Amino acid sequence: MDKFGFTLSKARVIDLDSNDRSIAEYILRNEPSFRLCIECGCCASTCTAGAYTPFSLRELQILLKRGENEKVRTNIGKCMLCGKCSLVCPRGVNTRNIIELAKKAFKNQETHAI
Amino acid sequence: MMTNNVIVIGGGTAGMEVAGQLARQGCRVTLVEKNQETGGNVNNWHHLFPDRRAGKEVIQYLRSQIDHTAITLITGNTISGLRHDNGSFLINTSGGDTIAADAVVVATGFDLFRSERKEEYGYHIYDNVITSADLEEMFREGEVRLTNGNIPQTIGIVHCVGSRDEKAGNLYCSKLCCITAVKQAIEITEYIKDARVYCFYMDMRMGGAMYEEIYREAQEKYGVNFIRGKVSEVSETIDHKLLLKAEDTLAGRPVKLKVDMIVLMAGMEMSEGGIEVSEMAGLNRGANRFFAPADNHFGSNLSNRKGIFYAGSCTAPMNITETISHARAAAAEVIDYLKEKI
Repeated sequence: MDKFGFTLSKARVIDLDSNDRSIAEYILRNEPSFRLCIECGCCASTCTAGAYTPFSLRELQILLKRGENEKVRTNIGKCMLCGKCSLVCPRGVNTRNIIELAKKAFKNQETHAI
Repeated sequence: MMTNNVIVIGGGTAGMEVAGQLARQGCRVTLVEKNQETGGNVNNWHHLFPDRRAGKEVIQYLRSQIDHTAITLITGNTISGLRHDNGSFLINTSGGDTIAADAVVVATGFDLFRSERKEEYGYHIYDNVITSADLEEMFREGEVRLTNGNIPQTIGIVHCVGSRDEKAGNLYCSKLCCITAVKQAIEITEYIKDARVYCFYMDMRMGGAMYEEIYREAQEKYGVNFIRGKVSEVSETIDHKLLLKAEDTLAGRPVKLKVDMIVLMAGMEMSEGGIEVSEMAGLNRGANRFFAPADNHFGSNLSNRKGIFYAGSCTAPMNITETISHARAAAAEVIDYLKEKI
C-alpha cells in the first residue's frame, strides 16, 4: 500500500480550536502592546532582515496570534534587534520586546518551562 | 420677550450655516471669522466628493445663507476673551469690540494636519511631495505639474498621514482622507492621460454615501492601483524621482515603487483657534483634542457649559453634508435654549 502513490494532504485550514496559543499568550501577559497591531506592514517595510530574507514581523505576529508557531520558531532569529520597526510603528507596539519574549517562550517550551 | 442675541465663532461651513438658520428663526447673529473671507477649509478644495461639485458652489450657497439683515459679519478677527456675566456672555474680539450675547455657537472647525511633521514622508524636504490640499490647488490652476514643469506619469498616494498614528499623536481616523484619495486618484487620471496611480492604504474606509461606488469606479473605469500597506518612508533617487517603501501586506513581501510625485492624504486636527476658545471658555475636550460634546448620542451640539453650543467639525472629523446637518441641529438646540431662558 505504501507504494500506491497516494498521500493524505494536511488540511490547510488554520484550526483555531486545536492550535497552540501558548506562545502568544505568554507574550500578551508580558507585553500588552502585542494586542495593538493593525497589520499596516510598516515594520516589515523598514526591516533590513526582511529586505533579504523571508522575514516579516507583521506576518510573524499574526502567525503567533493564530497559533501557527512553526514558521515563527524557524525565522525569529533573523531579527537583528535594530529597532527600526518600533520607530515606524503607528500603534506604538514594543516590537523588540515581542521578539525577545517570543524567543524566550520558544526556549521555555523546549525546556518544558512554559 | 425672547432675548435672542447669538454669537457664532467661526465662519466656515458650520458657522455660516448655523448663522443663517438662526437669523431666519428671528435671532440677531454676530458671526466672527478669523480670516478676511468666509468659507473656511472649503476655500481650498476645487472639487468635492462624492459628486465632484465645485467647492465654489458650496461657498456660494453658504454666502447666500448669511446674506441676512440680522447677521453682522466680522472678518479678520479672533476671539480674545469670553466670559459669562449675569446670564449673558461677553465676548471680546481681537479688533477691540465687546459683544454681548445670550448664547454662543462654537464652529471653529479643523486644521489640516501639517504633513512636515511626518518627516519620513519628505514634505518640504523633497520636491514633488505634496499634500491633498496642494493637489486641489493644482487642479484649480488647471494642470498637475512637477516643480521642473514636467507632467508626472507615476503618482503615489499615501493614506493616513497624521491619522491613526501614535507617532503623530493622533489615534483617531480622520475619516475623509480615504475618499479624498479615491476622488483625487480619479481626477489625476483625468488631468494626465495614461497616468499610473497607486494608493497605499491600511484600510479603505468607504463608509459614506456613494463612497464604495466611487472606489469601485476608480478600479473599474480608471485603473487606479490599491496596495495594502502603510508607507514607512520616502527617499529621493539619484535621478530625482521619489522612492516609496511599504510592505505589500497581502502579498507578504516588501514593496518599493519609484514615482514622479507623491500626494500625502493629510488628516484633520482640532483647530488651533478651537483650542484657544476651549481654554478661554473652560470647554471640555476629548483625548483627540476635539471638543467633547455633552452626550455622544443626544447632545452632540451641547457643551459642558450652559449656553455654549457646538457646530460642525470642531467636535470630530466631518464631511460637508454632516457639517451642515450638525450646524442645523445646533440652531435647533440654540432656539430651544433661548425659549427656555425667558
